[in-house]
Amino acid sequence: MFEIFGIPSNALFGQLLIGLINGSFYALLSLGLAVIFGMLNIINFSHGAQYMLGAFVAYLILQYSGLGYWPALVIAPIVVGISGVIVERLFLQWLYKLDHLYGLLLTFGLALIIEGIARNFFGSAGLPYTVPESLRGGQNLGFMFLPNYRAWVIVASLTICFGTWFVIERTRLGAYLRAATENPTLVRAFGINVPRMITLTYGFGVALAAVAGVMAAPIYNVSPQMGSELIIVVFAVVVIGGMGSILGAIVTGFGLGVIEGLTKVFFPEASNTVIFVIMAIVLLVRPAGLFGRRA
Amino acid sequence: MRKTLGLAALAAILACGTANAQQINVKIGVLSDMSSLYADIGGPGSVAAAKMAIADYTKDHPNVKVELVSGDHQNKPDVGTNIANQWFDVDKVDMIIDVPNSGVALAVSQVAANKNGIFIVSGAAASTLTGEKCNANTVHWTYDTWMLANGTGKAMVKTGGDTCSSSPPTTRSVTRSRPTLRRWSRRTAARCSARSVPLNTNDFSSFLLQAQSSKAKVIGLANAGGDTINSIKQAAEFGIVKGGQSLAGLLVFSSDVNALGLQTAQGLALTETWYWDANDTNRAWTKRWQTERAAANKYPTMIHAGVYAGILHYLKAREAIGAGAADGKTVVAKMKSIPTDDTLFGKGAVRADGRVTHPAYLFEVKKPEESKYPGDFYKLRATIPADEAFRPLNEGKCPLVSG
Amino acid sequence: MEQRVSDPLDTPQAAKPSLLRRQSETIAFVVMVAALVIAPFFTYPLFLMQAMCFALFACAFNLLIGYVGLLSFGHALYFGWGSYLSAYAAKSWGLSPELAIVVGTATGALLGLLAGSLAIRRQGIYFAMITLALAQMMFFFALQAKFTGGEDGIIQGVTRGHLFGLIDLKNEANMYIVVLAIFLAGFTFIYRIIHSPFGEVLKAIRENEQRAISLGYKTDRYKLVAFVLSATLAGCAGATKAIVVQLASLTDVNWPMSGEVVLMTLVGGLGTIFGPSSAPSSSWRCSTNSPPWASGCWLSKELFS
Repeated sequence: MFEIFGIPSNALFGQLLIGLINGSFYALLSLGLAVIFGMLNIINFSHGAQYMLGAFVAYLILQYSGLGYWPALVIAPIVVGISGVIVERLFLQWLYKLDHLYGLLLTFGLALIIEGIARNFFGSAGLPYTVPESLRGGQNLGFMFLPNYRAWVIVASLTICFGTWFVIERTRLGAYLRAATENPTLVRAFGINVPRMITLTYGFGVALAAVAGVMAAPIYNVSPQMGSELIIVVFAVVVIGGMGSILGAIVTGFGLGVIEGLTKVFFPEASNTVIFVIMAIVLLVRPAGLFGRRA
Repeated sequence: MRKTLGLAALAAILACGTANAQQINVKIGVLSDMSSLYADIGGPGSVAAAKMAIADYTKDHPNVKVELVSGDHQNKPDVGTNIANQWFDVDKVDMIIDVPNSGVALAVSQVAANKNGIFIVSGAAASTLTGEKCNANTVHWTYDTWMLANGTGKAMVKTGGDTCSSSPPTTRSVTRSRPTLRRWSRRTAARCSARSVPLNTNDFSSFLLQAQSSKAKVIGLANAGGDTINSIKQAAEFGIVKGGQSLAGLLVFSSDVNALGLQTAQGLALTETWYWDANDTNRAWTKRWQTERAAANKYPTMIHAGVYAGILHYLKAREAIGAGAADGKTVVAKMKSIPTDDTLFGKGAVRADGRVTHPAYLFEVKKPEESKYPGDFYKLRATIPADEAFRPLNEGKCPLVSG
Repeated sequence: MEQRVSDPLDTPQAAKPSLLRRQSETIAFVVMVAALVIAPFFTYPLFLMQAMCFALFACAFNLLIGYVGLLSFGHALYFGWGSYLSAYAAKSWGLSPELAIVVGTATGALLGLLAGSLAIRRQGIYFAMITLALAQMMFFFALQAKFTGGEDGIIQGVTRGHLFGLIDLKNEANMYIVVLAIFLAGFTFIYRIIHSPFGEVLKAIRENEQRAISLGYKTDRYKLVAFVLSATLAGCAGATKAIVVQLASLTDVNWPMSGEVVLMTLVGGLGTIFGPSSAPSSSWRCSTNSPPWASGCWLSKELFS
């Protein structure tokens, strides 16, 4: 194989592919965050905790009913999404008129509570969850061995992301949603139930986080702190992409995953910080983010 | 066996006259990680083991009263030192035991030295605890990084691994794993390429990819706890073991294997100093532990066994001192002068540097089809005798020894 | 009380606090000092000293959010690095404790200057995100740098030493008095800042920055100075804590610590002087089972929220 900058090309492509896989998770999670911020103006700090809840619900479903991965992929987001709806009705709806920071602080508190309860019941050590039978094994691509499950993650993530983007940007429902956030009073005047749409949107954003959690369960450690480890990076992704932009979240998520993967190859010590460096630069140069609309 | 010993002790005491049956009150604190990454390898299991040790000892020595407290250091050195300080200063705790997490252990060791208390480490790995950072108040039981690297590394070479690729030194072992890896490669005379990967990573796929493409025969994982679980899970995904390379874990416990499941962990080589299923005594002890712990699907780790043995030895030494001065340094000196002998670890000794020596065992995780019953995790590959298992006394740079 | 006819071009003066308010503040202060003086006889002094360090940290944070209106989500940066440099100075450079604390405080100031000059350029949520990004970068740096000891932290060899070469700080009573002095000094310093013309400008910026600009104030400079002051005091709190517990660890630079100080300040009361100092003891480290304390400070908080 040939070498690029001293790294054999097969290693490089392998790392790019892995970066893409990581990027899938970043994209899914930041999509949920972007939807919630774009539609509700709330910075959902509990997104990481809801991602963790998705994984835990999948685990519990397996423990208590024996249902495996595929049912969990549908059930867990619904369950966690409902919990999100409850949270929205009880707490968040009072905060829409206030500054963003109040929503951030409230959801931050919620995240701590959720994490604390999970830690209380399950401890902090990881819980086992295996890759589903149908997705075990992998393909030898020549330059690397790609596990089937990781390929599935990329495909699923792209599908969900594209699907969400399509719904919000190209369908009537999405148009209602976008109109409702710009001018709720006018939209209400047209007879559309705005508060219900907002509640469902939050539930949907939370469900996206839960889907990411279920997909992460077989490959990452299912533990109460899995969310808090990831949430800060996801925030960085959302900020870089533009806090209200759906497309920005998706593109930036995948893009940063790839950049992180490349950094791991060439300059491993910096791979944790490269996202934050980019975030700081973007914030200083173009605070609305790469794709953002609001300042 | 224990009953005979107990009767003999009782007889000895009675023979010497009741004046020697000194009333002794001690307070022991189990400081562990009760809720976080190490809660299964230490945690409430250590408290259960401590209760068992106290019950066993006071049954035969009714003149000794032991009060037990426990605390959660949450893997944070500042929380650990706070609790240790409070225990020594305010709560009059005589001896602190366990402390998984080397950073916290090093900090608590310092507190014990400052307050002239006693600290028996069963949970932590750092071999510097009996090396450069040794002191006269600390005893290190169960295992350390030197023994782990020596055990697993040497045995891997014997069984054919002559090239190795190392693993991400992670958050919990960064200061220990680099020298450990050097030792590993020296010990095995193997070609070892080390790749260090940034800490706290959830995803080891890039490292594992590199290790896989390097075609190294052995991939060593110098990480611990949740990171080990992650890397092993992901190694299984990439078919590393199926592809012919073997994984060696620097710091893997039976609770990690339990958490991973045999499907994922099969083939993993690791070193431990105690295994619940090794003999009938261990199995009986495990049943008692499971009842005490009220967890029938959990299995005790070597750390729990170390807590049990450590407390027994401490109480033995403490009683031998009797009415005399019983400050930290004196009791630890007494512990060093009495050879250790308990049902779990067998015969051993506490060396001058605080290191307790006992045999070590190289295990390999069974395949799922080889496992006959729940908890049947390991098959024994090699036994390392006590005098070879741990770092030689003169190599440790402990001021107590060379000074 | 004088009535001033305010010329729009004059420096705005707040109406002098009413006599009653002054009195209640003084009473609250006296109560707080009294409580702090007798508390070590009832509660474990080591715990109290750490509570005071956190209280100072919270007060420093509150200066920024309560009086300037800037939410910094990365304040652990100054606290943690203050503690690292202070511990390192005491351990490896052998500095006496007061010099070590000065080193830590200076670190807070320097980092505050660097971070502030970058962060001030943005407002609101973007300001918070920049501070978070910078804090995380320095967290990963702390994780990997040799001198910070990585995950272990600087855990052995940090000596309490002798203050000014004379007073042995291993003696708990001496250490307590020193920490109390530092806390009260910091507290009064913040009080003076708030009730000064400078402080009034800060409050004006919090209320309506555009109007302050239109009045001719270079608000960016004021914000930067406030930021640096806040960071300096946070660094001082961290530095003192390092000497008290004789270690510096990653917990102090991690983002949950930034979150904790936000919570402490919120629980105590944004924008009140006594609020943040009462919260740390009750909300911090519940696992050590320490009793909630400083009810006198809560009382004073009620007096003027």
